[in-house]
Amino acid sequence: MIDTATFASASYYVGGGLAIGFGAIGAALGEGYTAGLASEALSQKPESAGEVVKNMLVGQAIAESAAIFALVVAIVLLFSQPEVVTPLTAWSAIGAGLAMGLSAIGSGLGSGMPGGAACRGLVRQPGNRGRIQTTMLIGSAVAQTPAIFGMVTAFLLIFLDFSSIPAYPGWAAMLGAGLGTGLAAIGSGVGNGFTAEEAVDGITRNPEAAKDTTRLMLIGMSVGQSTTIYGFLVSLLLIFFGFAEDTSLSAAMKLLGAGLSSGFGGIGPGIGLGLVAAGAVKWVARNQETTGVLTRTMLVGMAVTESTSIYALIVSLLLIVVF
Amino acid sequence: MDISGADFVQGLAFLGAGIAMGLGAIGPGVGEGFVGGKACEAIGRKPNEAGLLTRTMLVGQAVSESTGIYSLVVALLLLFVV
Repeated sequence: MIDTATFASASYYVGGGLAIGFGAIGAALGEGYTAGLASEALSQKPESAGEVVKNMLVGQAIAESAAIFALVVAIVLLFSQPEVVTPLTAWSAIGAGLAMGLSAIGSGLGSGMPGGAACRGLVRQPGNRGRIQTTMLIGSAVAQTPAIFGMVTAFLLIFLDFSSIPAYPGWAAMLGAGLGTGLAAIGSGVGNGFTAEEAVDGITRNPEAAKDTTRLMLIGMSVGQSTTIYGFLVSLLLIFFGFAEDTSLSAAMKLLGAGLSSGFGGIGPGIGLGLVAAGAVKWVARNQETTGVLTRTMLVGMAVTESTSIYALIVSLLLIVVF
Repeated sequence: MDISGADFVQGLAFLGAGIAMGLGAIGPGVGEGFVGGKACEAIGRKPNEAGLLTRTMLVGQAVSESTGIYSLVVALLLLFVV
C-alpha cells in the first residue's frame, strides 16, 4: 500500500508532465502557423526577407510564452516537493497540471495567428510596418490572457493550504477546478487569435482605419475572455467553497461534473465569440462608416453565442451549490 | 470509499449532466459564432440591409442554439428527474 506522502510526491511528477505535455501543443501549432505564413509571404517577395524573418521571430516569441508559463509550472512541480502533505496534495498537483497545460493550448495557437498575418502584411504594405507590428503585438499579448488565468489557477492549487478541506469529496473539487479553467481557456485563446488575425489583415489593407479597428478588436477580444472567466469562477468556487465531508461517490462526481461542464462548455462559445468579432473587425477596417452598426451587430451576435456557455455555467452552479 | 448502488447511479447521473452540458455546448458555440461573423461581414458589404441581415442572423443562431438547449434539457433531466 502506498502512503499519502509517496502518492503526493508521485503526483507532483504527473502534474508536471501534464502541464508541459498539453502546454506544448498550442505554442508549437501557433509558431508553425506564423512560420508557414512567413514562408508563403517570402515566396512572393524574397527581397524583404530581413524584415519578415525578424517579425516572424518576434511573433513566435510571444506565442512561445504560453509554453513557457507551462514550463515554469512543470519545473515548480518537478523540483519543489510539497511541504505539508495532506490527502488532497496529490489531487491538487494533478489539477494544477491540467489547468496550466490545457489553458496554454488555446493561447499558444491564438497568439501565433496575428504573427502570421503580420508577416503577410509586411510583404504587401512594407511602408505600413509600425501599425502592423503594433497591432500584432497587442493582439498576441491579449491572446495570452487565457493562459494567465490557467497559471493563476495552477499556482492557487499548488501553493494554497488545503489541510482543512476533507479528502472526500475534496479530491474531485481539485480535479474539477483544474479542468474548469483549463478547458474553458482553450476556446478563448483560439477565438482571440481569429479576431487579432483579421485586425492585422485589415490594418494592412487600410492603415487609416487603424484606430477604429484596434478599438473594436480589443472590445471583441475582451468579450471573448468571458467564457474563460466563467471557467475561472467555477474553479474558484470549487477551491474556496468548502464542502462537508462525504465519502459517497455522488458528492465527488457532482464537483467533477461541475468542472467538466463549465470547462468543455467554454470551448465552443470561446471560439465562436472570436469568429463574430473577426467578421466585424474585418469590415470595419474596409469601411469605417459601418463602425456603429457593426459594433451593435457584433455585440448582439456575441450575446447569443455566449448563451450556451451560460447554460454550462448554470449547470455547474446547480451542481456545486444546489445539490 | 463505500459505494452503494443508489449512490453509484446518482453519482454517474451528476457526472453525465456535466459532460452532457459541457460537450453539448461546443458545437452551438462555434456554429453561432460562425453565423455572427458572417452576418457582420454581410452587413459590412451592404449596410443598408442591416435589418434583414440581423434578423437572419438571429433566426440562424436560434436554430444553431437548439442542440445546446437539448443538452441543457438532458442535463437538467439527469439532475432533477433521474
